[in-house]
Amino acid sequence: MAGLVLDPIDERRLAGEEGEAPRLAMRVLVAMARATDAERFIDVEAAHVDACLYHGQVSLDFTERLASAGARVAVPTTLNVGVVDLLHPDRFRGDPAIGAAGRRLMERYVGMGCRPTFTCAPYQLPDRPRRGQHVAWAESNAIVFANSVLGARTARYGDFIDICAAITGRVPDAGLHRDEYRRGQVLFRLGPLPDRLESSDVLYPVLGHLIGSEAGSLVPVIEGLSAEPTEDHLKALGAGAASSGSVGLFHAVGMTPEAPTLQAAFGGAPPLRTVEVTLDRLVAARDELSTAAGPGIDAVSVGTPHASIAELEQLAALVDSASVHAGMALFVSTDRATLAEAEARGWVEALERAGATFVVDTCTYVTPILDARARVVMTNSAKWAYYAPGNLGVAVVFGSLEECVRSATLGRVWRDPDLWGDGG
Amino acid sequence: MADGRALAPGDGFGEALVLSEPLSFWGGVDPSTGRIIDARHPQLGASVVGRVLVLPSGRGSSSSSSVLAECVRAGVAPAALVLREPDLILALGAIVAAELYGTALPVVVLPDEAYAAIRTGDRVRVHAGDRAACVEADG
Repeated sequence: MAGLVLDPIDERRLAGEEGEAPRLAMRVLVAMARATDAERFIDVEAAHVDACLYHGQVSLDFTERLASAGARVAVPTTLNVGVVDLLHPDRFRGDPAIGAAGRRLMERYVGMGCRPTFTCAPYQLPDRPRRGQHVAWAESNAIVFANSVLGARTARYGDFIDICAAITGRVPDAGLHRDEYRRGQVLFRLGPLPDRLESSDVLYPVLGHLIGSEAGSLVPVIEGLSAEPTEDHLKALGAGAASSGSVGLFHAVGMTPEAPTLQAAFGGAPPLRTVEVTLDRLVAARDELSTAAGPGIDAVSVGTPHASIAELEQLAALVDSASVHAGMALFVSTDRATLAEAEARGWVEALERAGATFVVDTCTYVTPILDARARVVMTNSAKWAYYAPGNLGVAVVFGSLEECVRSATLGRVWRDPDLWGDGG
Repeated sequence: MADGRALAPGDGFGEALVLSEPLSFWGGVDPSTGRIIDARHPQLGASVVGRVLVLPSGRGSSSSSSVLAECVRAGVAPAALVLREPDLILALGAIVAAELYGTALPVVVLPDEAYAAIRTGDRVRVHAGDRAACVEADG
């Protein structure tokens, strides 16, 4: 393997001198290093593991190989969602054998020393990565958030290599770990948009969906966001862009840490191309996210990626004294820590009284939680809208958070008539 | 015959299925049947089983490694993947399947011209070593 130089510790692991688990982990890492032309390995300070979500026998085959060899993580490691809500296991409506296998998989990762966070939004946990810190994160929306919003450095890790990196604390020095891959490549220039839209949460998942479709695996740079986006806005944008495309990093000029100016975002080079983001293009992207028009819906699902405490506060305010319509379900996905905080503030009780159902440790589009009779589901998440039709076989209606909540209480799709200006 | 870059080693032979858009295996391929289930994908319903799957790249989801490896385990994997852009999440699925099951699903990247020359239905042979790969298409 010309070009790749291993440190003595890498050599010892590869030779099996540190045990079977580090050997297998290092074999996978070396194969990835070859595929990326890496010349060396570097240390990571933390890992986020997605391999705890059951995808069939292969998930357990791989994990049992590591666990039975006594694998332990070498760096602080958080876990992504699994198949079962371990706090509310009765919400799993799938094949009990898959539920049991999925649960076993989750427990195996905890047994290797991973923290039982079970969230797709590890950046909402207190000890999140800092700017410039190298980490090994899997889960596409977490990857794009870590790189873009936190300025931390992670390549786009998939299942398996995430735990290999956690066990060894090593990754190939390649891709988004390196400066030259972090420069912007495609410019997305926002034109004038209706005021309501610019200040609405709905802009960001739609913009993310559009950017992912156009940028593919290139690094997008966004210029012209007029309102200062919140972390929740950027989370929704990244999740959309990492679903329709393979975006692992974006820059928003004047807003994200590596893009103080347009020139800095592109590292002084010109964009490969420029995409003018007009209202018409956003309306088209919005319409792509829906596969049904309504007005009939069977359920509403929010909290993909997992809702933050700020989003639960907005949700509680929007629901206010209303109730979820009879025969309709409102699912809210979040992580355990955020649920506990919302409980302490009284929002969980209020929302449950109004008819909402909280889901933790998993998400409503990766596992059977919705009523099997649900055919049309409304969501405010571009990611949920992207994957649910394939995963669950449901049709999707996409809307803003307020549209979702009012639709849940009315029992049919409600549209905010002024949100999109003349764009309808 | 075209030279390319190997992301995962092995030899594969089969009829080409050329996808007009990137594909996420997770949420996009049913690992029990090998059929494309992404409702928005132009090749929705097509079977990838035993085909040389020619696709621009994967998409975002980091779970695609698992789904590709599960397709290998279940015997419904493509014979080879030919990409236009490197996709490490897909390469990883092939690499882990090789470690676990002793299979070899080659994953290669071809330069634009050679990539564009392959048509659905071509009989394609893929050989991928540690680094170099070659792809032979017989239209």
